[in-house]
Amino acid sequence: MSLGHQGLVTFRMIDPDAGLAAALARRPAEIVAELTAARLKGRGGAGFPTGVKWSLAAQAASDVKYVLCNADEGEPGTFKDRVILAEVPDLVFAGMTIGGAAIGASKGIVYLRGEYAYQRQPLEEALARRRAAGQLGERVLGTPFAFDIEIRMGSGAYVCGEETALIESLEGHRGEPRNRPPFPVDAGYLGRPTIVNNVETFACVTAIMAKGAPWFAAIGTEKSTGPKLFSVSGDCARPGVYEFPMGLPVSELLREVGGEDAKAVQIGGASGRCVPASAFASTICYEGISTGGSVIVFGPDRDMLRVAKNFMEFFVEESCGQCTPCREGNARLLQGIAMLEDGRCSAAYLAELTKLGEVMQLASKCGLGQSSPNAFLSIVEHFRDEIMGRTYAAAR
Amino acid sequence: MLVTDRQRLREDIAVWVARFGARRSSLIPVLQEIQAKYHQISDHAMQVVADHLDIHPVEVYSVVTFYAFLNEGYHGKFVIRLCRTVSCDMAGKSRVARQLENDLGIAFGQSTKDGKFSLEWASCIGMCDQGPALLVNDQVFPAVTPEKVHDILQLCRKSFGPLAVHQANHREARQ
Ligand SMILES: Cc1cc2nc3c(=O)[nH]c(=O)nc-3n(C[C@H](O)[C@H](O)[C@H](O)COP(=O)(O)O)c2cc1C
Ligand code: SF4
Ligand code: FES
Repeated sequence: MSLGHQGLVTFRMIDPDAGLAAALARRPAEIVAELTAARLKGRGGAGFPTGVKWSLAAQAASDVKYVLCNADEGEPGTFKDRVILAEVPDLVFAGMTIGGAAIGASKGIVYLRGEYAYQRQPLEEALARRRAAGQLGERVLGTPFAFDIEIRMGSGAYVCGEETALIESLEGHRGEPRNRPPFPVDAGYLGRPTIVNNVETFACVTAIMAKGAPWFAAIGTEKSTGPKLFSVSGDCARPGVYEFPMGLPVSELLREVGGEDAKAVQIGGASGRCVPASAFASTICYEGISTGGSVIVFGPDRDMLRVAKNFMEFFVEESCGQCTPCREGNARLLQGIAMLEDGRCSAAYLAELTKLGEVMQLASKCGLGQSSPNAFLSIVEHFRDEIMGRTYAAAR
Repeated sequence: MLVTDRQRLREDIAVWVARFGARRSSLIPVLQEIQAKYHQISDHAMQVVADHLDIHPVEVYSVVTFYAFLNEGYHGKFVIRLCRTVSCDMAGKSRVARQLENDLGIAFGQSTKDGKFSLEWASCIGMCDQGPALLVNDQVFPAVTPEKVHDILQLCRKSFGPLAVHQANHREARQ
């Protein structure tokens, strides 16, 4: 499988029940060992090894634990989780159930973003079918293992995708990220050991259980195994959800989606990086350009300053405001972009802004502020000539 | 608010609290129900919820003001949220925005006088490959054009309960 495919090709071939049955036939430690052997890394963006996360939660001593599915999917340019939930919800629910068996939890919660409320009803129906089929409930597949899943809705806050903010939100608070440690695997939802994983990660777990770690590890690269879903939008002929093996060069991805004439692509959403055409030979994987799967294509005529401005507006709106580098820094960067638009930004001030961005990356409390300057910094780095010395106020 | 309205609100809240459980973790689900039915979360509603959950009303207030989909002030029966994030911006959201303002006679952040419509911006709603996209309450409308704005508003004006007719053109289904 060297070329990509549009849609959920691999996931459609997996039988969720086979994955669940295979997992329940094993001991918890064997489930975790299988994920470790598959070298599965989280699909939500950060790329943390799932086997490590689950083994920590499995070792944590507690009679109550939780499995949380992060379906907050707020990263600009990302929509693959929506498609997974619409087309193969059972893979995700089976993956959560396997998670419960692996760490010793009997309750799972899907945190579904408020913007996806129209998906709730079909998902509730899928859960009801699983209960009726004995795939959820007091005795899952006739074993003594009990597990059930509840759906909770978000209320329109991007930061709630951050795992500790998600937990705060579930507990009935403002979605403000927590200090770590303690990590959720030790003290998560209601203070109990908790695993938080992305929708796609849970689907991968089911696939690995159904088809085995060697099958999964054979796809992709040494460090980035398995198929990965990409959400492709922007200036290309065929936007949509694609499945590619990890390690694909940007140029090849652009050919697949019909975006060969792009002058840049944003990989990883608003918090990712802007890759200029000169770097299209780079590969997309955890050891290369890492991403949760958002690819936004910019055609030859795009104004990159307008792009940077849109991203900064997003972060100013979505910062939780808890810590100063992020709350103030994003606003300052946005101001700087307005100055660039008006052609009133000196090179010295631009250097100041760059430095501010770097401070934010270091000093912000959570991933939002740590990554919000990325897009601005990479656009300044690669499109300096385009954004400086403007003699007219560009289109707002 | 009339006394009977307040009474009805209190009864509703009691039912929702009973359904979700009188726990702090039920706060947001209860607030979501209030928002959906009453299109706002009033001071009175916050006070009643706080009493039920045995927390200070300012705790409720701080949660309500944090989330974009929970609102203190009155929102229309149909809340239109147009995505303003990058892919929809590139796909032409500005022209859709202008047409929405023209047809509704309000600006973003406002509600129509008849209490029917509110117009708001949204951050990326996960329809980036089919932009410009907007939400009307719980329904998603992809690939909106200035011309289609009128049809969407008519659909709202004609419907009594939630929007009944809606055909999303889910491009991912095409192979
Ligand atoms: C601001 C912010 C937003 C995030 N949003 C999401 C999200 O929408 N979905 C998601 O799976 N992970 C999101 N994450 C990453 C989560 O914190 C967490 O790493 C992830 O859910 C872990 O799952 P995984 O290991 O399966 O990827 C976000 C992180 C940050 C800092
Ligand atoms: S970095 Fe931003 S989003 Fe994260 S805690 Fe600080 S203010 Fe909140
Ligand atoms: S950018 Fe508009 S839906 Fe994602």
